[in-house]
Amino acid sequence: MAAAQDYDDGAVHSQPVDGYDPNYVPDSAKSFVVHLYRHIREKNVYEIHQMYETSFQTLSDRLFKDTPWPSVDAVAPHVDNDHVFCLLYREMWFRHLYARLSPTLKQRVDSWDNYCSLFQVVLHGVVNMQLPNQWLWDMVDEFVYQFQSFCQYRAKMKNKHEQEIALLQQYDQAWNVYGVLNFLQALVEKSMIIQILEQEKEGLEQFTATDGYDYNGGSNVLKVLGYFSMVGLLRVHCLLGDYQTGLKCLLPIDISQQGVYTSVIGSYIATIYHYGFANLMLRRYVEAIREFNKILSYIYKNKQYHQKSSQYEQILKKNEQMYALLAVSLSLCPQVNLVDETVNSQLREKYGEKMLRMQRYDDEAFTLYDELFSYACPKFITPSAPSYVEPFVNYNQDAYRLQLKLFLYEVKQQQLLSGVRTFLKVYSTISLGKLAAYMEVDEPTLRTILMTYKHKTHAIDSEGKIISNADIDFYIDDDMIRVVESKPAKRYGDYFLRQIVKLEGVMNEMDRIKLD
Amino acid sequence: MGRELVQKQQQSAVSYTVEQLVAVNPYNPDILPDLENYVNDQVSSQTYSLDANLCLLRLYQFEPERLSTQIVARILVKALMAMPAPDFSLCLFLIPERVQMEEQFKTLIVLSHYLETARFRQFWDEAAKSRLIVEVVPGFEQAIQAYAIHVLSLTCQKVPRSVLAEAINIEGLSFDKFLEHHVVNSGWILEKGQGKGQLIVLPRNEFNHPELKKSTADSIPLEHITRIYPILG
Repeated sequence: MAAAQDYDDGAVHSQPVDGYDPNYVPDSAKSFVVHLYRHIREKNVYEIHQMYETSFQTLSDRLFKDTPWPSVDAVAPHVDNDHVFCLLYREMWFRHLYARLSPTLKQRVDSWDNYCSLFQVVLHGVVNMQLPNQWLWDMVDEFVYQFQSFCQYRAKMKNKHEQEIALLQQYDQAWNVYGVLNFLQALVEKSMIIQILEQEKEGLEQFTATDGYDYNGGSNVLKVLGYFSMVGLLRVHCLLGDYQTGLKCLLPIDISQQGVYTSVIGSYIATIYHYGFANLMLRRYVEAIREFNKILSYIYKNKQYHQKSSQYEQILKKNEQMYALLAVSLSLCPQVNLVDETVNSQLREKYGEKMLRMQRYDDEAFTLYDELFSYACPKFITPSAPSYVEPFVNYNQDAYRLQLKLFLYEVKQQQLLSGVRTFLKVYSTISLGKLAAYMEVDEPTLRTILMTYKHKTHAIDSEGKIISNADIDFYIDDDMIRVVESKPAKRYGDYFLRQIVKLEGVMNEMDRIKLD
Repeated sequence: MGRELVQKQQQSAVSYTVEQLVAVNPYNPDILPDLENYVNDQVSSQTYSLDANLCLLRLYQFEPERLSTQIVARILVKALMAMPAPDFSLCLFLIPERVQMEEQFKTLIVLSHYLETARFRQFWDEAAKSRLIVEVVPGFEQAIQAYAIHVLSLTCQKVPRSVLAEAINIEGLSFDKFLEHHVVNSGWILEKGQGKGQLIVLPRNEFNHPELKKSTADSIPLEHITRIYPILG
């Protein structure tokens, strides 16, 4: 899991603190691996989850606060030198290192090698374990995070030592973008997860119903890794700035329903955060607002249950970022009726004032859009290798700067729309001539402004259909503008459905009560 | 005639394979030449594939030395032609800033800006100055005209002749022929406006005639009703 600390590591020669002996295995650590190994062999998922989620964190805090865990070689004899367990252990070892310390280049490369070996083993279908979804999600999440971290690290060429640059050139396959994407793609394909989800809709397969676990004596590892890899692909594509393809990769997962992606809160947040962000960049504001609203509401109600988790800080950080993205989306598309009351009150508290200023579209507004976007956006990467020809520059900010620039460009194009909105709110009909006079433009210019409003508030969805984002709409009849009243939709159907199911539940309860 | 047919068949054979490549093996530097050829195919046969073009732009991102500005320019022109879809922006997100600073790309960005803000007169003026860039792609004019009509249809029930003529950049007799064609094929109606000249009545849709808007807000998908089938008995 991406650490709470900013991974902006300039550290080159960061070695763990003095006194770290990789071969020393404290008793509790020995006990940990022995028990974990046994539980994995016995497919005792509940115990594995307890050890992975709780014991590992407790031991890390107590014994390995700022050092790595014992080396895999020191631990291997206690677990029958089991090849697969060692790969899993190493994965956790590196994750711990990234979270608490700064990895060296060699360590980054070694971690890549470990992922290659681990994924190869899984892809060859020789793994016969059941692992908790939390662990499997963390693997994919960490894989993408370490890729992102490596790209950022590699792009800071300016202060690198000669040996480091030589090493970089030597290990040019490590964290190569093709390798990363192809592994994720391979996991999706080999697991046949897309077909499984399709067949599940027709009742021919069970996956979501069992939370991805296999109750037929098989393994859930490949299937669930394949499933989470779809989210991984969405994330990588967002980091590259390819929002369209990212959304396509996520398509097999129906985010209007619960699913395996909601079974782990980290996965739920990562999915919706990137889905929402991609839709924002695709100008599908209503869609972005709807999804951000749902997840922010969920976090509000459920975050108390995760207070002890090692992921709590990360959950809070993403929560704040999504409020910022929601503020941006609502400033561009003021449809506050789409937002729940709890979320709205949080939003007003955090960004109420800023949103007012953003909707003024003056110079200060653009500064605010810049600020919020920069705070909340993914850490975009430049995937290509650096030029190893001097002079060396730092180009780690290039990708981010491009996305920001294009985003602000879009905001600028929508600048005149807020003026139109103000007038449309006040009039039910107004002639083109009059409105042109009020807005201090000539009629042809007004026509272009009105057409821009229509174009920008009518996005194209994934099926090529036109969907209206407009809170206020109008049409022109000859030279009269007629404003359309939009009443918020009362969802009677949904309400009745809920009440019917509820009543049935109450009646069933009553039937069950035995009266003496 | 026979040779043309064979050529077209060969072209469709090529495009079938490329689309498959993009779907099955997109993260593969070896398909770069195929994707570049496919861009040229799209240009000459007036077809379009956003997915394939995004795939190519990604590969250029991974290996910037192989980027061909000519191909990128063609992709961007095709994306412009896809408006009102946001394809042009989607492509820009993947093109490095220093490439976007080149003259021809600056021009294309300006053209996109004019279209995004419905400044059709300025668009056609600028396009006329940039014939080299836009005329390489057949069907460009028609595509932009279709977009202009789309935006007008979203906005107006009736549009004055002069406004329409300016938006699609046609005048005089050709404009009359254009109107005739759409009266016959697209349901346009010509009206005499009050002293201001001709009015063209555009087809009714839910955007310029709000009463046609289907209230989808309260519709319930069938799957949700199935939840209560056991209760209804």
